[in-house]
Amino acid sequence: MPRLVFHPEEVKIISRRFGQGAADIDKYIALDGYKAVQTAIEKGVDWIIAEMKASGLRGRGGAGFPTGMKWSFVPKQSERPKYVLVNGDESEPGTCKDHVIFLHDPHAVIEGTMIAGLAIGSKMGFIYLRGEYRYLLKIMEKAVADAYAKGFLGKNIFGSGIDFDIVTQTGAGAYEVGEESALMESLEGKRGVPRIKPPFPAVVGLYGGPTVINNAETIASVPHILLMGGEAYAKVGSERNGGTRLFGISGHVVNPGVYELPMGYNLKKAIYEVGGGISNGRKLKAVVPGGSSTPVLTADEIDVGLDFDQMGKAGTMLGSGGIVVIDDQTCMVEFALRTIKFYQHESCGWCIPCREGTDWLKKTIGRVHAGGGVAKDLDNIRYLAENMLGRTFCPLGDAAAMPTIGFIKKFRHEFEDHLNGKPCPYAHAEEPALV
Amino acid sequence: MADVTFTVDGKKLTAPAGTLLIDACKNAGIEIPAFCYYPNLSLQAACRMCVVRIEKMPKLQTACTTPVAEGMVVQSETDEIKQARKATIELLLGNHPLDCPVCDAGGECELQDMTFKYGAAESKYIEIKQHREEQQWSPVVYFDRPRCILCYRCVRVCGEGMDVWALGVENRGVSSVIAPNGQDHLNCEECGMCIDLCPVGALTSGTYRYKTRPWEMNHVATICTHCGDGCKTTLGVRSVNDGVEIIRGDNRDKSGINGDFLCNKGRYGFDFANRTDRLTKPLVRQADGKFAEVSWDKALDFAAKKLREIREAKGGQAIGVIGSNRTTNEENYLLQKFARTILGTNNIDHHRTADYVSFASALNGKSGRTAGLRDTTSAPAILLLGNNPTDQHPALAWNLRSNVRLNRSRLYVANHAEIKLRRQAKSFLQIPQDGYASLIQYLGGNDGAIAADDNTTAFRDAIRKEESLLIVFGSEYRGRDIQALVEFGLSLPNTKFAALGDYANSRGAADMGLLPDLLPGYVPVNDAAHFVDEYGATLPTTAGLDLLQMFDAARNGDLAALYVVGSNPVSRYGVDPSALKNTFLVVQDMFLTETAQLADVVFPAANLYEKAGTVTNTYGDIQLVKKAADKAGVRTDFELIVRLADRMGADPKKLVPFGRGSFADMGQTRGAQSGEADRHAVWLAANHLEPKLSPFDPFATLDEIQRLVPSYHVSRLELLTGSEQPEKFDLVQIQPAASRRDLVLPAEDTLFTSGTLGRYSGMLKDIVESHTTPNPAETAAD
Ligand SMILES: Cc1cc2nc3c(=O)[nH]c(=O)nc-3n(C[C@H](O)[C@H](O)[C@H](O)COP(=O)(O)O)c2cc1C
Ligand code: SF4
Ligand code: SF4
Ligand code: SF4
Ligand code: SF4
Ligand code: FES
Repeated sequence: MPRLVFHPEEVKIISRRFGQGAADIDKYIALDGYKAVQTAIEKGVDWIIAEMKASGLRGRGGAGFPTGMKWSFVPKQSERPKYVLVNGDESEPGTCKDHVIFLHDPHAVIEGTMIAGLAIGSKMGFIYLRGEYRYLLKIMEKAVADAYAKGFLGKNIFGSGIDFDIVTQTGAGAYEVGEESALMESLEGKRGVPRIKPPFPAVVGLYGGPTVINNAETIASVPHILLMGGEAYAKVGSERNGGTRLFGISGHVVNPGVYELPMGYNLKKAIYEVGGGISNGRKLKAVVPGGSSTPVLTADEIDVGLDFDQMGKAGTMLGSGGIVVIDDQTCMVEFALRTIKFYQHESCGWCIPCREGTDWLKKTIGRVHAGGGVAKDLDNIRYLAENMLGRTFCPLGDAAAMPTIGFIKKFRHEFEDHLNGKPCPYAHAEEPALV
Repeated sequence: MADVTFTVDGKKLTAPAGTLLIDACKNAGIEIPAFCYYPNLSLQAACRMCVVRIEKMPKLQTACTTPVAEGMVVQSETDEIKQARKATIELLLGNHPLDCPVCDAGGECELQDMTFKYGAAESKYIEIKQHREEQQWSPVVYFDRPRCILCYRCVRVCGEGMDVWALGVENRGVSSVIAPNGQDHLNCEECGMCIDLCPVGALTSGTYRYKTRPWEMNHVATICTHCGDGCKTTLGVRSVNDGVEIIRGDNRDKSGINGDFLCNKGRYGFDFANRTDRLTKPLVRQADGKFAEVSWDKALDFAAKKLREIREAKGGQAIGVIGSNRTTNEENYLLQKFARTILGTNNIDHHRTADYVSFASALNGKSGRTAGLRDTTSAPAILLLGNNPTDQHPALAWNLRSNVRLNRSRLYVANHAEIKLRRQAKSFLQIPQDGYASLIQYLGGNDGAIAADDNTTAFRDAIRKEESLLIVFGSEYRGRDIQALVEFGLSLPNTKFAALGDYANSRGAADMGLLPDLLPGYVPVNDAAHFVDEYGATLPTTAGLDLLQMFDAARNGDLAALYVVGSNPVSRYGVDPSALKNTFLVVQDMFLTETAQLADVVFPAANLYEKAGTVTNTYGDIQLVKKAADKAGVRTDFELIVRLADRMGADPKKLVPFGRGSFADMGQTRGAQSGEADRHAVWLAANHLEPKLSPFDPFATLDEIQRLVPSYHVSRLELLTGSEQPEKFDLVQIQPAASRRDLVLPAEDTLFTSGTLGRYSGMLKDIVESHTTPNPAETAAD
């Protein structure tokens, strides 16, 4: 279980209640809990949407889609029931932020779900946790039960005349069901394979009803935004990137952990000040800035702001906010192999480029790392990845291709060294950072 | 929907809004490659072969999931697109065994074609390919995992199309694999649709695998010999030392009346033709009671002489004739003509599986009231009374399912059993086995006719609200019940009917007058003037004996001779062999059936796949059958009848008016103007037709049928080009008979049986044995 970390550079909004026993409903209430939802009921749908739009909150699941806008896409009238779906499948290597929310502040997820429900006119929310988060499910289930016991959930919430129910559910252990449409399939009890889009979930989602699906952190931010006001929240962050987010700093740093930093915070500072610099006195080689699917940055590319737009300009992505720090004694071929192994294992197999492509990438990179590479392998790795990019059914194919292209582009010399040298000229006793 | 205009490769196209880009392109002659897309099945977007570039879209888009939109600008085959497709194929080939030289699909493989087109010739990988052993899932279905490209067509056609859901995907990622419902075997309807749709050689059929290469066969499109639906099946045939052997049945170009569908009998139930125990020499019973193989001359002379003697000594009424449900219209017609003009008897009948006579008389000249098989794919509302099409009319069942699935057609089912099609029904009514007649009374407004409840009233109300209804009824309805059913139907605004009979030419047998009281076209035997003129012979005018009466007469010593063509009444009707001990029995068949075993003379006959002519399915769709196979030693029933007549001293020219001119709707009849004869000859040659200058040419008889039977006055040209022609049933004028004896005996075949014929199919036998439950279709599906 990750220990709680603190750093003066942090701006504590979502993490405000961490470490204070807020999983207990009374404690949560004492810490301003379930106030935001009551205000939301009072002020109505238009106000909620306006505040959300003003907050500049962008989805914390990875793609950074503006949340207020997403909610406003849901049709007002619908024959089928509408749903709120909380995506807690958090499986991207390097990412463990939703984890701490479920652990320390489960009621924030519930309250956020209720507010999202009010905003779109839904009476039912689902909180979906990744299969491996069974122990967190217990916490979540208790929180939901406590909220029911207090009458916060169920019929006529807070005397509003509105009913709202929440159901929790876990997956069976597949990264792919973090993809929103695959998640809906999984929740409906089917194979975790994505759906054809359009129609988008906002129009046809869970059980065919209009559905808002948001990342758990996105949802947990919502009550805080309503409490402090959308504009105030927006101001904390950078341009077009409102507020703060939880960054998981892992790998070869002195103080790994989940830190809440304002959007746009400098990556270099995050590593050297917040994270305490590179461990064991080593030097920085590279950074995977936003979870394993984001293209790698070299040590001299890290003077960049941590928000969706600035990271995009730097040729990578903010992704899920999982910053993986890699020191100079790490073999980048092995790192690339570890990454592609994950995606090969997690490919759902539906479409050809991802199913076959991840497998051939794994085999080829594995062979190169083991010392059996031939000259054409290096071009072939790049060719394979480039031909997967943008051609797969869902973004998992891209998530496998993008980092691979990054590794072979920026660290091609290390791959070449493997062709000529021993199995791994960079071998050292430690496991690579990403596990 | 309104049309939209869009551009593909610089060409301006229009299509109804909502049309998928891949279909719109296809209609405009622009072929977009696709593995996973299959018309009328759910969309997958899995293979990524159909990617195209659409202006303003950041990525390549899949044409199989993109509806056309106004102003859309599409590039379908740029360098970028070609590269994407090539890369996809390279990935597929990475683990593909490339055993094309021994693969059944070699030469008919979409992966080969795509590789050929996009050229993924370079091998990029060093690792060895994943290998898994081939698996046998059923007598019909074999699965070769390494060849599978995971297009999911098989999964969808089995589930969505067949409503069997026997196939699925197991594991994930690169370990994904198609898996059967019984873990290592299939529990299913064995239709072979999954094999048919498989774009590669991953699913192969038990009858065909490793037998030949597609290009070594000739492909002859003909009509299935089994049930009454009349599917087009394309037989792959190959010359062998004793003829031409059938190697496979296939729905090759999907152009037939059956659309995408073919059931296991149409696909695999041809193997009876290749059996080694087929009769190939005439047999004559000797003094010692045993059969001896004799020459054709001897056998024909013997049979003809005996028949002639009997006719002369005892008159035609002492002779009986039983025809077949699986012989052609021309043969059936010829048989009745032979019986009536040469044997001089009206004692002629066949195994009746539906009461077409009552159906004809109930409609009596009403126009536009019969439905063809194709109508069942589009009718907005269908009432299915009786029958179990899943077993007895698989193509109809497919059509009904498709119609409900794709067009939201409303299906109403009333049956005494919980038939599988109830799952597609908007409303299902279970009635007592003897409740079919009362149901009609109830539907017609007699509330007391059945024990009514909310369900029954809702059922009736819904049907009566339909503005256009197709009533399909089984052989549970006969005689007066059909009359009542039709009357009820006609009381609704716009109703069509279809009567279900069991075999390939059951309808044709009735239409062609294999009946003791009716001539071809349901003309009563006492109203034969027209026929007398045409035949230039007298015909007996009193009704003859029906099939059961013939056996009674034989038992009583009143039937001196019986001529059975392609039928096994002894087994079908449980006739005691001793009943025939004083009857001279001539049988034409492929095998020594229970009936043939009692015969005095047995002639080895050809089957429907070994002859040309026409057949009429139970819906009245007339279709051409083509000779596909051949077996040294056998003769068609047509030829055998002519030869017998000839030996009996009749004039073959009168029996088969060959050389009498043709029925021509393709231009002008020959002889009308100078030079016409030559033009006709040129046309015949151009259409690969034989001039009818032989008494064995069935088309001379078809000419005569078309002259004498108005309902068969259909376009010859259309027929010859392979499209079905609806029988003009409104031209049948027949007064309802006061009472007719009910001689209908439903065949009650299951999906895997087909009367006597089916017993001679090794494949069908294997399937039956591999299924432990008596009615596997039902249990597998439910
Ligand atoms: C392969 C794949 C895995 C994903 N996994 C997650 C996940 O674990 N958690 C998550 O919130 N979003 C995940 N997403 C993103 C979701 O599809 C979706 O965009 C997100 O839940 C929307 O929430 P947001 O707008 O709050 O970010 C994944 C996407 C893909 C393509
Ligand atoms: S890219 Fe294709 S194979 Fe990969 S996870 Fe998505 S749908 Fe499945
Ligand atoms: S029923 Fe059997 S043979 Fe037919 S598609 Fe399904 S699995 Fe294939
Ligand atoms: S077996 Fe054939 S039809 Fe089925 S998924 Fe594989 S390639 Fe497609
Ligand atoms: S449905 Fe009937 S006609 Fe069609 S293939 Fe099967 S048995 Fe033959
Ligand atoms: S045909 Fe479009 S993805 Fe397969």
